[in-house]
Amino acid sequence: MSRSPRQIHLAAHFPGVNSTTVWTDAASGSQIDIAAFEYFARTAERGLFDYVFLAEGLRLREHKGRVHELDVLGRPNTLAILAALTAVTDHVGLIGTLSTTFNEPYELARQLATLDHLSGGRAGWNAVTSSDAFHGANFRRGGYLAHADRYERAKEFAALSKKLWDSWDDDEALPRRIRHQGAQFDVDALFDVPRSPQGRPVIVQAGDSADGRDFGAEHAEVIFSLHQDFAAARTFYDDVKGRLAAWGREEDSLKILPGATFVIGDTAAEAHERSREIALQQVRPEQALTYLEQVWGRDLSGYDPDGPLPDIEPDTGAETAHGWATRHAAVQARIAALRELSDAEGLSIRELVIRLSAKHTFVGTPEFIAGEIDRYVQERATDGFTVVGHLTPHGLDEFASRVVPLLQERGSYRESYDEGATLRDLLGLPAVVRTSVPT
Amino acid sequence: MTHRLGGVRSGADSGVMSDRIHLAVALERAGWHPAAWRESGLSPRAFTAPRPWADQVRLLDRAGVTLATIEDALALTDRSEDAADPDPRRLHGRLDAVLLASALAPLTQRIGLVPTVTTTHTEPFHVATGIQTLDFASTGRAGVRLVVGGSPAERANFGRRGEIDLETGFREAGEVADALGRLWDSWQDDAIIRDAATGRFVDADRIHNVDVAGEFFSITGASIVPRSPQGRPIISVLAHQTVPYRLAAEHADAVFITPHDADAATGILAELDQAAAELRRSPERLRVFADVVVLIEETPAAARDALARLDDLAGSEFRSDARLIAGTPPEVADHLRALAETGIDGVRLRPARQPADVVAIAERLTPLLRATRLLRDDDAATLRGRLGLARPESRYAPTQTREKVAR
Repeated sequence: MSRSPRQIHLAAHFPGVNSTTVWTDAASGSQIDIAAFEYFARTAERGLFDYVFLAEGLRLREHKGRVHELDVLGRPNTLAILAALTAVTDHVGLIGTLSTTFNEPYELARQLATLDHLSGGRAGWNAVTSSDAFHGANFRRGGYLAHADRYERAKEFAALSKKLWDSWDDDEALPRRIRHQGAQFDVDALFDVPRSPQGRPVIVQAGDSADGRDFGAEHAEVIFSLHQDFAAARTFYDDVKGRLAAWGREEDSLKILPGATFVIGDTAAEAHERSREIALQQVRPEQALTYLEQVWGRDLSGYDPDGPLPDIEPDTGAETAHGWATRHAAVQARIAALRELSDAEGLSIRELVIRLSAKHTFVGTPEFIAGEIDRYVQERATDGFTVVGHLTPHGLDEFASRVVPLLQERGSYRESYDEGATLRDLLGLPAVVRTSVPT
Repeated sequence: MTHRLGGVRSGADSGVMSDRIHLAVALERAGWHPAAWRESGLSPRAFTAPRPWADQVRLLDRAGVTLATIEDALALTDRSEDAADPDPRRLHGRLDAVLLASALAPLTQRIGLVPTVTTTHTEPFHVATGIQTLDFASTGRAGVRLVVGGSPAERANFGRRGEIDLETGFREAGEVADALGRLWDSWQDDAIIRDAATGRFVDADRIHNVDVAGEFFSITGASIVPRSPQGRPIISVLAHQTVPYRLAAEHADAVFITPHDADAATGILAELDQAAAELRRSPERLRVFADVVVLIEETPAAARDALARLDDLAGSEFRSDARLIAGTPPEVADHLRALAETGIDGVRLRPARQPADVVAIAERLTPLLRATRLLRDDDAATLRGRLGLARPESRYAPTQTREKVAR
């Protein structure tokens, strides 16, 4: 007698400011109008996804001292657009990426609790760290945080946020006072948003460092990982889930949903042909050179994108600058690795960049893709995937129409949303156990 | 001649405009009377559900109200309350106003949405992008009301700032208003080119670092959000005295004032005029709204009784910075007419009870104001348009472009 299969969880990454987003395609629409977000979120809902996932903008990307011109640029404020989406969706979760470095807990906790109220319990927070002066230049405190302290702050931020969310009992008229004194925060707070439907929004983590994994094991309920290869995904799954016991947590209290790209065809051959076409759109000749310019640190516009790698030395700045030797060695090592790959496979500049940045995770027929997703989940390499489309706003259409029904046939994907289900319910996460807060 | 550089009032304007006024409504959970939530019979939790907000704003939208402001503060307690010992008879707990307004945007058609934002503890960069996003979500109906949040309760919630005096707090608010305008202008309208021939999605020459470095903060980069439908959403402030009057004259598109009668309104307008003559750089006249707390019943006796009941519940007579009018729709209309004759642009009604007085404003008062030709009606699609404000070209656009558009 076979047990019922493990259930697949799917998230939908809005294709905006990413190098994977193709804007030169005739089907490419606005990355900023509310209609684009509404269409995308409703498609995710049609595909019965667990949640829509949005990245965050803290500063426009730059290249050679100017804003980067070649990729999609410009996006909405993450929280405000998710709040708008609460009004035009009914079931799908809404998760935003929000920095623990350039926010303060009281304000971010009230914004997330508000999002949870507005959505009827569908809010989530991808807690990320940032420490660099480039982004800091847009914020009051500048680049104030040392790299080593960024997870210290993230942990204290998450812990304090939980205390604030937990400070209201379900039926009390007033919250408990939260006094918190730590290395990062010193507050004496009365939280002003009553307890939200989920109690706390779902917390997502995306960093891959040892510190990031520790943060994930302690606080995260979903991990947005980068490990797409089956063996690597399985190693990561075992590593991270293995850390849970130390925090008294069960395997299912944390879901791992790697980002993955999908190219669908009627036949395998057609899918691979489309994959190649999309890769050529994702890495246009000028983008290939830009990719290498970011490694070399110098202008390479004279080089032929279809020719061999530049045979010149990188520019790693003045030798007298702090940390020059380490940086110089790292760049040299990176270039050596690129040369080795290029030589071994006979790749031009553009083909090399396609190989490195536009390799699609799953390419094939809907049956093949559904089978692969199911295999990863049943064999505990992941709990599902974060689908990263390449077109705005239609990037999810084909997946929802052609792959989702096959997952349902396998019995490992929901047939409908349960009425009133929270995001926590959709993800199959345990209910929040409130921290006891001394008053 | 529709605008006079630097002024608030102008002789030409008051002649042309007659006494027609805009109607704005200030939404505050259960209403502005502190006992209103207890009389409503609703649990405090009813005010964090989105539905009642949507119902009320849609009602006001259909009634032709120009804009709705949404109250907010970064503290549980009101300033009139002891922060160390919150009064359990008061309503506590709220939603973030910018996010609430964003959720109301797709549900409404024409009404301007103006959430309150505290300038003291927030990141000006996040505020700028949040309001731009509200402008996109509402296709051109966003504004913001800036408030200073220097109370001990607010400061303790953040633990970053020491005592802040009034002048310092407002100086910072001015710096925030200036930074918002710059960030909102940082993308020219034509920055997104999608030029397949050169492979460029944007023209970097049309996106500008703001390089703001003031007394309180600095911001280097451009906004992450492209220029929004209105270009620059509306900036508004509530003002009771000289320091905020000067902030409004220098930085705001609209100001809310609290005259208790027409003479007081005339006096405030004169002071605003003087401040604007000295400080205002915008070519657009400052729009002035007079705040009035309203409690509306069908008979004078019913209004008196309702107010007495609320005051009894509260344990003290209602006190407010703005004039309270508890009366019938015609009585409220008479008061608004007297204010309109002073040359103000509009009134902002603060419903004493929600939803009761919001319903009365939409269903009883608005038709009366329209029938007596006191209400200003318009067919503009954006909030700027409804207030008679032109869509400004980005300050960073080359001069030739600016002139071409102006013509």
